[in-house]
Amino acid sequence: MNTLIAIIGLGVLCLLFEILNWRKALVPATILGLLAILGLTASEFGLEASYYHNMIVVNKFASAFSGLFIILTIFLVALSHNFYQNHQTKLSDFIAIKIFLLSGAVAMVSFGNLAMFFLGIEVLSIALYILAASSRLSLKSNEAGMKYFLMGSFASGIILFGICLIYGAMGSFDVIEISELSSSAELPVWFPIGIILVTIGMLFKIAAVPFHFWAPDVYEGAPSLTTATMSTLAKVVAMATLYKLLTVLNADISPAFQMIVVVVSIASMTVGNIMALRQSNVKRMLAFSGISHAGFMLMTLLSASIAAASLLYYAAAYALAGIAAFSVIIYVCRNRDNEDLTNFHGLGKTNPLLAAILTGALLSMAGIPIFSGFFAKLILFNQAIQAGHLILVIAAVVNSIISVGYYFKLILAMYTKEANQERSGTPVLIYAVAVISLLLNIALGLYPSLVLDLLG
Amino acid sequence: MDVTYLLILLFAGALATYFSGDKLASKVALLFGVASFGLSVYLLRLFQDGESIDVITSWITRPNIYFALKADGLSLAMLLLTTALTPIIILSGLGNDFKNAKAIYALILFMSFAMVGTFLASDGLLYYIFWELSLIPIYFIALLWGNGDAEERKKAVVKFFIYTFAGSLFMLVAFVYLYGQAGSLLLTDLYRLQLSDKEQCWIFGAFFLAYAIKIPLIPFHTWQAKVYQKAPTVGTMLLSGIMLKMGLYSVIRWQLPIAPHAAKQYMPVLLGLGIAGVIYGSIVALRQKDLKKLLAYSSLAHVGLIAAGCYTLTMDGLRGAVLQMIAHGFVVVGLFFAAEIIFRRYETRTIADMGGIRSQTPKFTSMFMILVLASVALPSTFNFVGEFMVLFSLAHVNVVWPILGGTTIILGAYYMLRMFQHVMLGDTNAKVFKDVSFNEGLVMVLIVAVLFFFGLYPKPITDLVTPSLEAILAQINR
Repeated sequence: MNTLIAIIGLGVLCLLFEILNWRKALVPATILGLLAILGLTASEFGLEASYYHNMIVVNKFASAFSGLFIILTIFLVALSHNFYQNHQTKLSDFIAIKIFLLSGAVAMVSFGNLAMFFLGIEVLSIALYILAASSRLSLKSNEAGMKYFLMGSFASGIILFGICLIYGAMGSFDVIEISELSSSAELPVWFPIGIILVTIGMLFKIAAVPFHFWAPDVYEGAPSLTTATMSTLAKVVAMATLYKLLTVLNADISPAFQMIVVVVSIASMTVGNIMALRQSNVKRMLAFSGISHAGFMLMTLLSASIAAASLLYYAAAYALAGIAAFSVIIYVCRNRDNEDLTNFHGLGKTNPLLAAILTGALLSMAGIPIFSGFFAKLILFNQAIQAGHLILVIAAVVNSIISVGYYFKLILAMYTKEANQERSGTPVLIYAVAVISLLLNIALGLYPSLVLDLLG
Repeated sequence: MDVTYLLILLFAGALATYFSGDKLASKVALLFGVASFGLSVYLLRLFQDGESIDVITSWITRPNIYFALKADGLSLAMLLLTTALTPIIILSGLGNDFKNAKAIYALILFMSFAMVGTFLASDGLLYYIFWELSLIPIYFIALLWGNGDAEERKKAVVKFFIYTFAGSLFMLVAFVYLYGQAGSLLLTDLYRLQLSDKEQCWIFGAFFLAYAIKIPLIPFHTWQAKVYQKAPTVGTMLLSGIMLKMGLYSVIRWQLPIAPHAAKQYMPVLLGLGIAGVIYGSIVALRQKDLKKLLAYSSLAHVGLIAAGCYTLTMDGLRGAVLQMIAHGFVVVGLFFAAEIIFRRYETRTIADMGGIRSQTPKFTSMFMILVLASVALPSTFNFVGEFMVLFSLAHVNVVWPILGGTTIILGAYYMLRMFQHVMLGDTNAKVFKDVSFNEGLVMVLIVAVLFFFGLYPKPITDLVTPSLEAILAQINR
């Protein structure tokens, strides 16, 4: 709860900075503030408490994921400094929106009441709608914002409808009460329908097949930093929320529902990977790669009672690699109007450090050892096999092989093609974000227990 | 003193090389290469004095993974092969003027680090990590410093990467399954597992995909010739001299003891694949016009025989295979280096463009000749010992196999001597062939010396590997 209040306070403070004309100090101050909030969250880790009649329930799961979200937001805010260089007057707005987005994210993992859950989703989504359309004069950005808004509000509507049905069946919004009722009495038929509708809405938010159609267009059109936010922070938030929702609402997931999860998971991986093979726009490619990673993360729902730690690990590994990759993309594609593969030609010669970081990030996503992406997949496979889903694991392995194809397309472009443009300037913050996020990723790979033991 | 110091030394060497700058890189790398060879000899002494040089500590608690490195005779033999060949390979690269030299030498040492780790690891996951890690440096070495048309090279190298990566992932699934059965991936725990025949078949198959691609066995060899041809010579040496031995070593260390019943059940198929590789490789080598490709196919023939030796599941077969692995490692590095020496002077790899070198450089000619003869397993060379043992063990299984496998000697003699004739003999070439430099000569002399020494006196190596092979064989026949 303290975390949430502090985040909202920080967001308001960001807006005040603009009024007080302290724009230069904005990014450092926000980063410091977020670090302090991270410390606060860490210090309260392990304390279980509920606030306002179970509106907010803080437990290990909530704190651990909140910590991850805060770390990701620190990186995103640090990238803002260079990204919004030409929009200085709006800098505080954008950063404040990111902080409010974070508050929505934290609310989404620490809800104890479906009303709070919905509020969290809306805060997060509205912030993303604005950010998607934030490049005001770009037609593509406008289109992306509009598309995302239409599709997103439709999904929100479905979630709301689902919540209403659950309320109608159970007579309560409180998740603990609902879960108690769901295991005891005979269930009205609208309860499962409600659960399915909420799940569909969340599958839309994490861009799983067949609810993924918005993702590539929106990712491509939105400004790169917003794409980074959507593909790392927002995706991870939605996945954690879906996991929490399904585990608290009905602890034992029925075989029929498991079948659906298996199908959606395999479809997401396969469609995402195969479509990614054909992309020449890097952001679009990462959008499809994100869809396939959503498929991987859905595997955690199959052993829902024990998979919290592995979901956290996968989310951290994926998001950190994503941040590293996007910071390189932001560096390479500043001042360009597209993110085509050709922009990356010869990066290995002109800028070996960033090329190495992007290579590392992609290797992590492909699941090559020592990067944490490998352990993330390994742990998922292990749990899935123990839960008896060998077919799913084999599909996942085949997909990992396919994914090497397009990750390496980008690596090849960086190292084997000749540079076609001059790149100048070394924006310190972008470099710092790229290096630190990749180092964190490798550190997680060397010491997986750091994260895995958090949610014992 | 334990084996981690060797890993640390190689890794530190890679870093130091990268940061020493392009001018110093080769010398720093050579220094670390020689130092790591010295350290492994020292470790060998410790091992022979009965001191423990193993390491085991808990690494990840859930899942239960250990950082476990274990050195027995077999591991140490492979370790010495790796650390002996690494400085030789670095030395052989000195004559090349590499662009961005610090990176390539650092990658060579890093590759050596990963391969040493693979030979030492005795926890499945750690082993897998080193196994995969060795793929990344060779990918970049072949891609960035290779020769020939860039697009074609890219295709060949990516194919190689995806092939081997795909194979390894199936091995990973096997490990995940084994973890579910044993609760840990320590080699000792895996050896203790009682798997049903059906389980063993699946596990064996998954491992087989990984190893058959790496070794490579027919029909998984299609990546090989192109990559050997396109990679820079140091890369080809790393690949053929050491990396493919990872596959053969893993067959002995992991595949056979964990799934022995499957190995026995499918023995005819496995031997058939190995021998088919011998015959196919030899016949295709006959028709090659490119020197490096010819050597690549001859390598395919030799490893086919080594693999067949492993899959006989007899003491002679395993011991012969290990000896042959080491011998082949040295010979193939020497032969590729000879090809490189010629390329440095004539700028060609096409056999038809060569010829008439002998009269210009008798020293080089005689050393090349010795290598060629060693490659066809002339008695008194190291290769003869291994090849003989393998053929002998094949005779125990069925006398047809050594008859078919013996073609490697006949056909091998034919295509190697024919190659030698076209490359070295004939009317004196109009193009001047500069005599070998000191570095080049040193590499050749070192390799020839090793081949002769162990050809005449293989006892040190057989004594080293026999106890550990006996333990593995006992495990197979439990």
